[in-house]
Amino acid sequence: MTQLGTEGHPLRVAIIGSGPSAFYAADHLLKQAALVVEVDMFDRLPTPFGLVRGGVAPDHQKIKTVTKVFNQIASNPRFRFFGYVEYGTDITHAELAEHYHQVLYATGAQTDRTMNIPGENLIGSHPATEFVAWYNGHPDFRDAKFDLSQERIAVVGVGNVAIDVARILSLSHEELAKTDMADYAIEALSQSKIKEVYLLGRRGAAQAAFTTPEVKELDEMEESDVIVDPVEAALDPLSAAELERSQDKAAKKKVEILQGYAQREPAGKGKRLYIRFLVSPVEIVGDQQGRVSKLRMVKNELYATDTGSIAARATDQFEELDVGLVFRSVGYRGVPLPDVPFHERWGVILNQKGRVLNPDTNQPLTGEYTAGWIKRGPSGVIGTNKPDAVETVNCMIEDVAAGKTWQPSQPGRDSVEALVRERKPNYVSFADWQKLDAIEQERGAAEGRPRVKFTSIADALAALGRAETVS
Amino acid sequence: MKIRTVLATKGMNMISISPEQTLKEAIGVLAQHNIGALLVLDADKSMVGILSERDIIRHIARDEQALGQPIASIMTSNVITGRPQDDVQSVMATMTERRFRHLPIMDGDALIGIISIGDVVKAQMDDFQGKIDTLQTQIIEGEATE
Repeated sequence: MTQLGTEGHPLRVAIIGSGPSAFYAADHLLKQAALVVEVDMFDRLPTPFGLVRGGVAPDHQKIKTVTKVFNQIASNPRFRFFGYVEYGTDITHAELAEHYHQVLYATGAQTDRTMNIPGENLIGSHPATEFVAWYNGHPDFRDAKFDLSQERIAVVGVGNVAIDVARILSLSHEELAKTDMADYAIEALSQSKIKEVYLLGRRGAAQAAFTTPEVKELDEMEESDVIVDPVEAALDPLSAAELERSQDKAAKKKVEILQGYAQREPAGKGKRLYIRFLVSPVEIVGDQQGRVSKLRMVKNELYATDTGSIAARATDQFEELDVGLVFRSVGYRGVPLPDVPFHERWGVILNQKGRVLNPDTNQPLTGEYTAGWIKRGPSGVIGTNKPDAVETVNCMIEDVAAGKTWQPSQPGRDSVEALVRERKPNYVSFADWQKLDAIEQERGAAEGRPRVKFTSIADALAALGRAETVS
Repeated sequence: MKIRTVLATKGMNMISISPEQTLKEAIGVLAQHNIGALLVLDADKSMVGILSERDIIRHIARDEQALGQPIASIMTSNVITGRPQDDVQSVMATMTERRFRHLPIMDGDALIGIISIGDVVKAQMDDFQGKIDTLQTQIIEGEATE
């Protein structure tokens, strides 16, 4: 038997997921000069790229240009994509162990973190993650319903997802029509009766997690004024001191922009986007029909913890906001995978530098690895997944050298392809995806848009001359 | 970035010692695991102190015979702890200002981990690297489109 990682005996790695962390991991594996690696990437959707396709806002095309990097990685002859093939359903853990030396889970964070307040399940209370998936044409969410006839909408949270949602709700039809937003969402939003959107932040202006460019671009909205209360935007002594000490220019600029909005008179644009600080929802109040009618909030004050972190604590002052729709945007959360240990409280796969750990012994499970949001939690930007993936891959390489891998009985690349063809004959290869990509862009060009997305799996497969698998 | 992100990839191994064990034993554990501090846990697994390399050096400098002494008399008992939701930037600044290098992390009353200044520095580097890479990609790939 020749050594593992050579031309005669390549290292075979299965990657579950096809977002940034999956691609950065594939890249680092394929770039190893001393190791011959073959990578098979699986995604349950026919289309790759994870949240880059399904999460980044439709009017943020620049951020999506990272897919060019992914396309480049995918062009390596030792890379294969198996789209529309679901780990657990179409290929099991045991089967992966028969065909691969190592598996890397890079499935991201597909669900939302809850606020854990009463009324969270009332009609009209939704996770922002679902709204985002819906307007981005994620096939699992095209049938989601949001009552956009409501005039007042609350978005809980002040991160980039929250500000995206608030902005998307506030854009004009013309502004939306030139994006790659799903057609049905553009239609629904153009019929909406939205007048006021509230972004609700728990801490102060200096702690808001949305980035400076995001808050700056709110100024460009055609139909909506940004309203900030000067009292809420004013920095308390603790925050001011911390800002000074940290010399964080971006944070200072962010505060400046927010305080700038606070100084201005609204231009009378028709809609209003209120950015509120130092408030936490404590209850969603419903009407007789079980629909959201009010959001009860407590006002917060800031204090410094032992480690110098600025935290919020509730005061005894409350406020009620009349709203008809609430989007919670307090974080994404990972979903457990079949046969993979999951840390329920943190919503991640328990790991050490990317080596999956047996939760009973805290020792690494041979052959199993993780990268991206399912490894470290939902934090950072797209590029943050690169050092994360590199860390994991470096552990994978160490383990190959130490002989700690699975011993697959059928490591040849043809045998797994035969298995996939048997289970999912309508699977989508990368070349297939490139056809779909070209069609989407062509359709978009005809309308002056970046692309017009396939929003149902049936439609995407039909374009390839195949049918959907209906279970 | 929050402390919980740094903690997520550390595994759950928390190396600890009990207050009655001796300094000699503690030094053995530190050497064996190649770490700089030990959590001191009592019989109920509650944290009663932390023992760092600096505590040990300070003590031996005063009393060469310290090796036989119990940890309880050498450890720091007023332990500064962090929470998963603390900002890494602030934690780094505090570790620097107050000159400690290890921070046990509490989630409510539960001790869930310990992070070192090394962990924090690495997390910061990765965070900056990630941001730079994101921006560079947008600039390069964005230009190619125009």
